[in-house]
Amino acid sequence: MLFEMQPPFTTFMSVESTRAYIDNLYSSDPEKCLTSIVCIKNSVIGSNRQKESVIAQGIVPRLLQLLQDRNTKSMLRIEAAITVGSLAKGTNEHVEILINSGTIQLLLNTLEENEPQLIDACLSCLRTLSQSDSPQNKIDVKRLHKLLTFAGPGESLRRQACVASIMGSACKTPVEQNELCAMGAPNLLAALLSVQNSSVRIPVLACLASMCWNNQNVANMVANTTYKDVKVSSILATLIGRDRPIEMQLEAARCLTNLHRAGAISSNDPIITYRTLPCLVRLCQTEHSEGNRASAANTLAYLTEVDSDLQQVAAISNQLVSALVNLLSCRSVAARQAAFRAFASLAANDEDIRKRIIDTKCLMDSVLEGLDDENEDIRLAAVRCLHSLSRSVQQLRTTFQDHSVWRPLMALLTGCPSTELLTAASSALCNLLLEFSPAKEPMLQQGVVQLLATLTIRPEPSLRLNGVWALMNLAFQAEQRVKSQILTALGTDQIFRLLADSDTRVLMKTLGLLRNLVSPRTHTDTMMSLHGPQVMQGVVLVLEGPHSPEVKEQALCILGNIADGEKAREHIMSNEDVLKKLIDYMTHPAPCLQEASVFCINNLSRLGEPGSLERQTRLKEMGVVNILQQLLSTSDTVLYNRVKTALTQFTDV
Amino acid sequence: MCALTRSSGIPPLCEFDRMLLGLTNGTIARLFTSIFLNQNVAAGGGVLVVCYMMNYVGHGKTHRDAASVQATHPIPAACGLYYFEVKIVSKGRDGYMGIGLSAQGVNMNRLPGWDKQSYGYHGDDGHSFCSSGTGQPYGPTFTTGDVIGCGVNLIDNTCFYTKNGHHLGTAFTDLPPNLYPTVGLQTPGEVVDANFGQEPFVFDIEDMMRELGTRTRMEINDFPVPESHGEWQAILNKMVSTYLVHHGYCNTAEAFAHITEQPFNEDIVSIKNRQKILKLVLAGRMGEAIERTSRLYPGLLENNQNLLFMLKCRQFVEMVNGSDVEICHRKSGYSPSYSVSPRPSSPIQTSVIQSTKNYSNKSKQTVEEMNQNNTTTTTAPTHNGSSCNEVPVILTDDGDVEMDTTEEYRNGHGDACNGKTNNSTNGYQNGNSHNNNVTQDGECCDNEDEDMDVDVPVCRKSCSKPAVERILEFGRELYSMSQRLTVDKGSSETNQKMLEDAFSLLAYSNPWASPVGWQLQPSQRESVCASLNSAILESNKKPRKPPLEVAIAHAHELVKLMSTSGLGSCAFASLVEILDQ
Repeated sequence: MLFEMQPPFTTFMSVESTRAYIDNLYSSDPEKCLTSIVCIKNSVIGSNRQKESVIAQGIVPRLLQLLQDRNTKSMLRIEAAITVGSLAKGTNEHVEILINSGTIQLLLNTLEENEPQLIDACLSCLRTLSQSDSPQNKIDVKRLHKLLTFAGPGESLRRQACVASIMGSACKTPVEQNELCAMGAPNLLAALLSVQNSSVRIPVLACLASMCWNNQNVANMVANTTYKDVKVSSILATLIGRDRPIEMQLEAARCLTNLHRAGAISSNDPIITYRTLPCLVRLCQTEHSEGNRASAANTLAYLTEVDSDLQQVAAISNQLVSALVNLLSCRSVAARQAAFRAFASLAANDEDIRKRIIDTKCLMDSVLEGLDDENEDIRLAAVRCLHSLSRSVQQLRTTFQDHSVWRPLMALLTGCPSTELLTAASSALCNLLLEFSPAKEPMLQQGVVQLLATLTIRPEPSLRLNGVWALMNLAFQAEQRVKSQILTALGTDQIFRLLADSDTRVLMKTLGLLRNLVSPRTHTDTMMSLHGPQVMQGVVLVLEGPHSPEVKEQALCILGNIADGEKAREHIMSNEDVLKKLIDYMTHPAPCLQEASVFCINNLSRLGEPGSLERQTRLKEMGVVNILQQLLSTSDTVLYNRVKTALTQFTDV
Repeated sequence: MCALTRSSGIPPLCEFDRMLLGLTNGTIARLFTSIFLNQNVAAGGGVLVVCYMMNYVGHGKTHRDAASVQATHPIPAACGLYYFEVKIVSKGRDGYMGIGLSAQGVNMNRLPGWDKQSYGYHGDDGHSFCSSGTGQPYGPTFTTGDVIGCGVNLIDNTCFYTKNGHHLGTAFTDLPPNLYPTVGLQTPGEVVDANFGQEPFVFDIEDMMRELGTRTRMEINDFPVPESHGEWQAILNKMVSTYLVHHGYCNTAEAFAHITEQPFNEDIVSIKNRQKILKLVLAGRMGEAIERTSRLYPGLLENNQNLLFMLKCRQFVEMVNGSDVEICHRKSGYSPSYSVSPRPSSPIQTSVIQSTKNYSNKSKQTVEEMNQNNTTTTTAPTHNGSSCNEVPVILTDDGDVEMDTTEEYRNGHGDACNGKTNNSTNGYQNGNSHNNNVTQDGECCDNEDEDMDVDVPVCRKSCSKPAVERILEFGRELYSMSQRLTVDKGSSETNQKMLEDAFSLLAYSNPWASPVGWQLQPSQRESVCASLNSAILESNKKPRKPPLEVAIAHAHELVKLMSTSGLGSCAFASLVEILDQ
C-alpha cells in the first residue's frame, strides 16, 4: 500500500494541509471523497501518531457512515473498511473508540451483503478488532453462522484465516462453544487443519482450543471428529511435531491440553504423555522467545495441574525446573506469572518435586518477591505457587521458616486484596497454621485470629471456607488461650451462622473447629463450662438438620469429645433429648453414625470415673445395653470392636 | 571380569537407517584385557549390525572394579544425529551404572564420565559426569526396567539423555569428535541390553530428526545471497535459461525468457536443429541422426572419430533392436499406395507395446517388466519362422511412434491415466503427435522431414535385402572403422569394449533376454544423446555442460566434503529433497 502513496501525501503530513483532505472526506463528490480516504489510509498505515491525529479530528463516524451506506460506491466503502481496519491496529484507546462506535455490529451487518472485496475488508477488520478483550466484542449466534460460511473449503485462505481468528476470540462461554459445535464447526475446522498454510492452521487450532476449553461435550465431539478418516487428535499429533512452526506447536499443544482437561483424551494417552507434554516442556526452554515460553509454561501449568503422573514426568523432562527459574527472571508479567503457575502445578502433589523446586537456587526469594510485586496478577500467581509448596510438612518447618514466609503473606492479607488473591492467600495460610508449623506463633501475635474471623463473614463461600478451615487448623491441639481467643473473636452467633451455612464444606470445617475446641480431655471441661449450652445447641441444630451422614458424624464426634470431659459430660446426661438422639443413631443405617454414637456411649459409660455407675444405670434404663448386644451381630469389624469395648464397661452384664 | 554375550532371540543381523548407524563394518565392542566378548557378527548390505547384552561378573568393591565397554567404531559425524538406548535388565547389587560416550584410549576400568574425554549419566544418583569425578545434578536416578537413551547431536555437538522415552535435556555441550558409545557397570548382577536401532526406540527420535532436517533446510533456504537481490535473481534466471537452451527446450526457454523479462537472443534455428537430432537419437534412429549431424554440422563427426564410432555402435545396437533403418533407400522405395494410409497397415498391438516401452523410459521401476513384454511379443515372430523381413518392418513403425511421442509423452500419459484403453490412447497419440510435428516442422528449416514418418515404413517393405544381412554388412563396416581408429588414434579400450558388447547381441537368438540385452534398453540412448549434444555445443563454442548441472554436481561434491570433514549438518543437507521442494 505504501507504494501507492500519492503526491499529495507528502504535503498531507503538515497539519495545515490536513484539513483540506479531511474536508474532502465529507464531500458529496465520490471522486474527491475517494481521494481523501486513500490519502488518510496511506497516512495512518504503521503510524499510531497519524491514527491518533485523524481519530482526534473525528473521522471515525464519517468512515462508518460511508461504510454503512449501501448507496455509496463500493470502491469507496471498501477503502473505508480498509482504513477502519488500519485504525483498529492502533493503540487500545483507538480500538476502544472504534468498538464504542458500534463498528463490530456494522461490519457484521455488511457481511450480509454480496460484495466479495468488501467482505474481505470487513473480515480483516473484524479479525483485528476481535483480538481486543472488550465486553462488547460479542457475536450472536446468527452472525456466527454467517461467519462460518466464509470459512468453507472453497473460500480463500485469507477468509478462512480471518474467520478462524474471529470465531476463536468470540468463543468465550459455554453458550458459544455449544453453538459453534451445533453448527458443525468441528467438521469444518478439521477440514481446515489440512490446509497447507500456517496462517490458516494456527488460528484454526486456537479456535478449536477455545471451543474445547472446560467443555466436555464439545471436547468429545471434537476429539471424535474425523477428516478423511483421520481423527482430529491424530492430526493434532502431527501438527505438534518439532519440525512445525513454533506457534503451530504451541496452539496444537494447547488444543490437546484442553481436550485432555475437558476429559476427551486420557492423561495416559501417548498423545498427551509423549507428544503434548514434551512439546510444551521443550518450548519452555531458554532458546525460545519470551512470549512463546510464557505461553508454553501457562499451558503446561494447566495440563499438569491435577494429574500427579504428568507432574512427575514434567518434573524430570528436559531440565524444566531450571528453565522455569530462568523464565521467572524475565521482565514481562506474562512470563513470570506463567512460571509461577507452572511451579504451582508441578509442586501440587509430589513431595520430591516440591523439594527439588525449593532447593533450586533463589527460588524462595523469587516467590517472596512475587508476593510483593506491584502487579496483582504476579502476586496472585506467587501466592498460588506458595500455596502449592506449603503442602509439605518438611518445607513448612524449614525453608518456610527460614524465609519468614508468613510476613509477606500477612501483609498481603491485611492489605485490601481482591477476592481471588484473598482466596489464594488464605488457602496458603491454612497450611501455615497447621499445628506443627513454626509460623503459627508469630502469626497469632500479628492478629491472625481476628483476620480469619472476618473472613468467615465474607459472602464468598470459598473465603468463609478458608477462614473456618484455618481456624480449625489453628485450634488443633492448641493452648487454652488460643482457643478462647478464637471463640471470642468468632462469637457464638457467628458459629451458629456457620453451622447453618449453605455450603456443606464450611459446615464440616465449623464442626471440625468445634471438635478441636472441645478436645483434648484437659480442655473439654473448661470450654464446656464457658460455652456448654451454645455448643450443645449447635450440635442439636446439626443433628436435626437435613444433613448427610458425614456431617452428622462430625456432630456425634463432638458429643463423643464432650462425653470425655468429667464435668462436660453432664451436658449430655442432663439432656434427655440428646440422649435419645444418641441412642437412635446406634441403630442408624449409616455405619459411620453407628460407630460415632457407640463411641460416645462408651465415653459416657466408662468405668472408674466419678458417677459412672449412675450413668450406666441411666443408659441401661434407656435400653442401651440391649441395643449394644444386638449390634454384636454386625459384620462391620470397626463397629464390632467398639461395641465390644462399650459392653465391657457395663460391669454387671 | 565382564562377560559380554549376544542376547538370545534377537536377530544378529539387521540393517539400520543410515542416520542411526553407529557401528559400521560388522562389529561389536572392542576387546579389553579383562572383558570377554562373545559375538557373532556379519556385515549385511554394506551396513551392519549389533545387539548385545552386558553382564557384570566382577566383585565390585571399589570404583576401580568398574568395567566399561566401548563400541568399536566412533560415532560418524556424518550421521547428524546419533542415538542408542540401553535397557537396564537388572540393577544388580547397587545399580552403579553409567551410560555415555568416551574417546579412544580412555581407561575402561572406570565408569564413563570420570576420566578426561569421557562423559556419562549414572544410575545411582542421576548425575551427569563431564570428564570429572564429581557429577552435576542432571536427571532422575535409573534402575531395573528403565530404558535410558543417549543421543548425540553432531550439528551442535551436544549430548542429551532420555529416560523411558522422556527427554531429560542437554547434558553435555562442546563435545569433541570421534566419541564411542560406552556403557559401564560396577557392581555384581548388573545387566543391561543395548539397542542400536535393531528394535524400535522408546523415544521418538524420528521427530527430532525431522526437526533437524527442517532446521537445516531453513538454514539453506535463508542463506544470505551475495550482493543485491536483483543480481542474484538474474544469475538464477540465467542458469535456468542456459539449461533449457542446452537441452534444446526451445519453446520453454523462450517462454521463460519472456516471463522473467530477460533478453532472448539464442539462435533458435540452431537449437531446433539440435533438438531434432537429439530426438532422432532418443528414438533410436541413429542412421538419420548421423546423417543429419554431418549435414548440419559439417566436420564435427570427422574431427571426432570416437564420437562417430560411438554413434555407429549405437546404430548397430538399434538395428538389432529394429529401431534403426538405413535411410539411404528411402526415396527410391517411395510408394504412394502405402503413403495414403500407413498407420492402419501397422499392427496396433505392437504400437501399444512400444508406447509403453517409451513410457518405461521415464519410470525406471517398470523397465524390466516392460522389456519382458517387449521381448515376448516382438521376438515371437522370429521364432515362429516368419521372415526376418517382417520384424524390422513392424519395429520401424515403432521408431516413428517413439520419436513423436518423446515430445508428446505427457499427452499420451495423461490419457492413459484417464482410463482409456491402450488402443485408443495409442491412436490418439499417433494422430496427435503427427499433427504436432507438422506444425512444428513448419517453422523448421527443412521440410523433407515431413515425409519421414510416412515414408519410412514404406521403404522398409520395399527393401530388397534381408535385415540380418544388412546388419552383418554394417557390422563389417563398423569393425573396419574400429581398426582404422586403432591405427589413427591408438587403441581405445572403451571403443573395443563397446564394439564387443554390440556384436555380442548377435550371438543370442533372443537378444532382449540375453546378458548383453541391457544395451537394447531405450534408456541407453540417453548417454549417447548427451555426448552428441555436448559435442555439438562445444563445436559451437558453448559449454559442454550447462551451469545448472555444474552447480548441482558441485553441491553434491560439497556435501561429500562436509561428510569427510565431520560436519553433522551434511546428514540433513539432501540435495534431492531441496530440489524436490
